[in-house]
Amino acid sequence: MKILGSVVLPLVITAIVLFGLAKGVKIFDCFLEGAKEGLVTVKNILPSVVGLVVAVGMLKASGGLDIIVKLLSPLSGITGIPEEIMPLAVLNPISGGGALSMYELILKEHGPDSYLGRVSSVMMGATETTFYAIAIYFGSVGIKKSRHTVFAGLVADFTSFVASAWTVRLFFGS
Amino acid sequence: MMNYIWGAMVVFSFIAAVFSGNMQTLSDSIVTSGQDAINLILKLTGMMCLWGGIMKIAEKSELTLVISKMLSPLFSVLYRNVDRKSKTAEAMSMNITANLLGLGNAATPLGLEAMRRMQEANPDKTKATDDMIVFVVMNSAAMRLIPTTVATLRTQFGSASPMEIMPATWVSTILSLAAGVLTAKIISRMMKKEISVVRFGRKRGAVR
Repeated sequence: MKILGSVVLPLVITAIVLFGLAKGVKIFDCFLEGAKEGLVTVKNILPSVVGLVVAVGMLKASGGLDIIVKLLSPLSGITGIPEEIMPLAVLNPISGGGALSMYELILKEHGPDSYLGRVSSVMMGATETTFYAIAIYFGSVGIKKSRHTVFAGLVADFTSFVASAWTVRLFFGS
Repeated sequence: MMNYIWGAMVVFSFIAAVFSGNMQTLSDSIVTSGQDAINLILKLTGMMCLWGGIMKIAEKSELTLVISKMLSPLFSVLYRNVDRKSKTAEAMSMNITANLLGLGNAATPLGLEAMRRMQEANPDKTKATDDMIVFVVMNSAAMRLIPTTVATLRTQFGSASPMEIMPATWVSTILSLAAGVLTAKIISRMMKKEISVVRFGRKRGAVR
């Protein structure tokens, strides 16, 4: 697992650079252009991340988060998702910035290589902000009746949450 | 919706602090967490620029096009009313490829383009077609080959092996994608009366 993990990123980057060279693309110019776009993305998400890190920080500091964890713990028993991660699972489909700040909180408290750190990492890597995707895709063409999209999207999210806990146990033990 | 959720988080925190006596901690957290947010963003900025740059090379050298061609047979199974050779199918598979490579910037415009083309053939402009639903669900299920954001944060918090979660992530994503698409398909089938009308691929017969 470790070898696979360490080889993927260098391999992908080298392969892309080689492919670009072979195709005669001006790779460094492209790189600069793409990196600039990356910076624009950062700038665009910054305000919402500030808002949500503050809100998540407030929940944590006030003890409100502990109350929410307690309230959600019966669900955690049924699904096998650790109760500390339930708030992340709830925020994940709704808000990308919220999920990110909740994820950071979990890494800070439990460490990335703990069971909770791993499950939350898999969860973050395996899902996207469902409601956001639905809103922009249907909004852009003026569709009002999304029919069962939300339901199917949430089934997908729920599956990935349960699967995150399950795959981490499978690959790493708990 | 975010308006209510964000508002509820703030108000609930205040109320919780009143009852638990954590008002000082709450106050301190407000003062510091603006800075925490900037730190979080700074942790991610380098990787986002790097990945954006690398993936721009993949895009310009048409590597994404090659991958998207490889994915296209899959699409004829998933989208029965979209012709494999059409511009719609091309935009769709480019969108999924861009998602796969973590190219969020490129994925969204391609996805919107696919939606626009599907909408042109949609008789009821206010109602989503079956194919649209599957497409949006696929987009919301985020198949990403390399979870760069997660790996970056794991590294920052001192993980011994930041990428080790990748295989587990792949399995989870595939399961989630399959569950979402299957759910969409099954419900569409159950509402059989409502016929999906993106009729690019007439050869299969437009009415099922």
